[in-house]
Amino acid sequence: MSLHLEIVTPEKKVFSDAVDNVYLPGADGELGVLPMHACLVTSLQPGELRYLHNGQVVTLAVGSGFAEVTQTKVTVLTDMALGEDEIDEQSAEEAIQRAQEKLQAVEHSMDAEEVAYLQGVISKSAAAISFKRKFRQ
Amino acid sequence: MANLRDIRRRIKSVKNTAQITRAMQLVAAAKMKKAQDQALAGRAYAERLTQVLFDIRKNFSEESHPFLEHREGNRELVLVISTDKGLCGPLNTNLARKIRAQTSPTADIVTVGRKLRILCEKLGKNVIADFTVRDPVPFSQTRPIAKFLSQQFLDGNYDKVSIAFTSFVNTLRQEPEVVTLLPIQAHRDGEEQAFEQIGTGFSVQQHQNDPDRDFTFEPSPAEVLAAILPLYVNYEVFQAHVESRASEHSARMVAMKSATDNANKFIKELTLEYNKLRQGAITAELLEITTAMKAME
Repeated sequence: MSLHLEIVTPEKKVFSDAVDNVYLPGADGELGVLPMHACLVTSLQPGELRYLHNGQVVTLAVGSGFAEVTQTKVTVLTDMALGEDEIDEQSAEEAIQRAQEKLQAVEHSMDAEEVAYLQGVISKSAAAISFKRKFRQ
Repeated sequence: MANLRDIRRRIKSVKNTAQITRAMQLVAAAKMKKAQDQALAGRAYAERLTQVLFDIRKNFSEESHPFLEHREGNRELVLVISTDKGLCGPLNTNLARKIRAQTSPTADIVTVGRKLRILCEKLGKNVIADFTVRDPVPFSQTRPIAKFLSQQFLDGNYDKVSIAFTSFVNTLRQEPEVVTLLPIQAHRDGEEQAFEQIGTGFSVQQHQNDPDRDFTFEPSPAEVLAAILPLYVNYEVFQAHVESRASEHSARMVAMKSATDNANKFIKELTLEYNKLRQGAITAELLEITTAMKAME
């Protein structure tokens, strides 16, 4: 019994193959998924996603989004999924900077959606940076 | 011999035209590649999103979220995505025909793109808003459009929101389409094709083994729905734009290519005629000279 993992971002299909297990950064904390897991839909927070593929643990930094878990399949929909070598720390830091500046500008307009979006950008980039640093050590 | 000069002038002007259309073809081809890549890349995400919504549809009802609410009444709002520039074949005309066939004549219109905005205004439709979207399509510019549309729906100004756009099939084929955006048609049990998917004619798959799966939701069903549904609306709107843009550049590329081909064919024909005339003129002149020489002998 295997588990099919599919990671999709708006830009591309990042990964699609059978894996042995998946660890997701769920909204209520990290979530381990093995084959025959109960059906579940969870929202994801920016963090670290791990899966075991052909005996190798692969780790990706993911942004917010959500995941659908069925007994044979895990679908991860997220706005970012990057491997360690794909993360550019500097541009991530710049993204945070920009988002924070914008955030200050729109805070007065009370546009809840815009604020939520910018906070999403910040936490996403922060997750990417901490992920990158962790790997360097 | 005025005829000769006329032909020469024609050849020159046709050559100029061919040069221009060829340049436009090259520009469109470059943009087309980018736009097509973007359209194809976004499809996987939109499809998965649709599939997830379909899978969990039995776990929520019409009351769970305002986006799902079906209302009596037929006040319709249509987002029309056309092109800013012309010279892209029958793209906009086809879309206009589709809109006429598939939406109510009293529907109000929101437009993106100049071409059909002008047409809608001419036809006396009520255009309530107009947006501009850059090329290539940035997500940040379609978000306000999605927000505007859902706000109109939530405020109860309209009972149904649709999108009219051109779906990209391949470089030679683009299909005009009208799909319903709101209310999201997820919960309607028994309907095989409850979802209309933008772009691909993608249809959701029924899982045969376990049709009535009960999903657990984390943190809670309401929170998950509140996250997924706006995302779905945002992405449908975005994908519709990306598809339209890919269609536009493809159509323009093809139109300009056939224009260039026609011009080149025309040049060939004109050159042939020109040479024939020139040859005729030379023959006639030679004839005159020889006749004159014969007369002198």
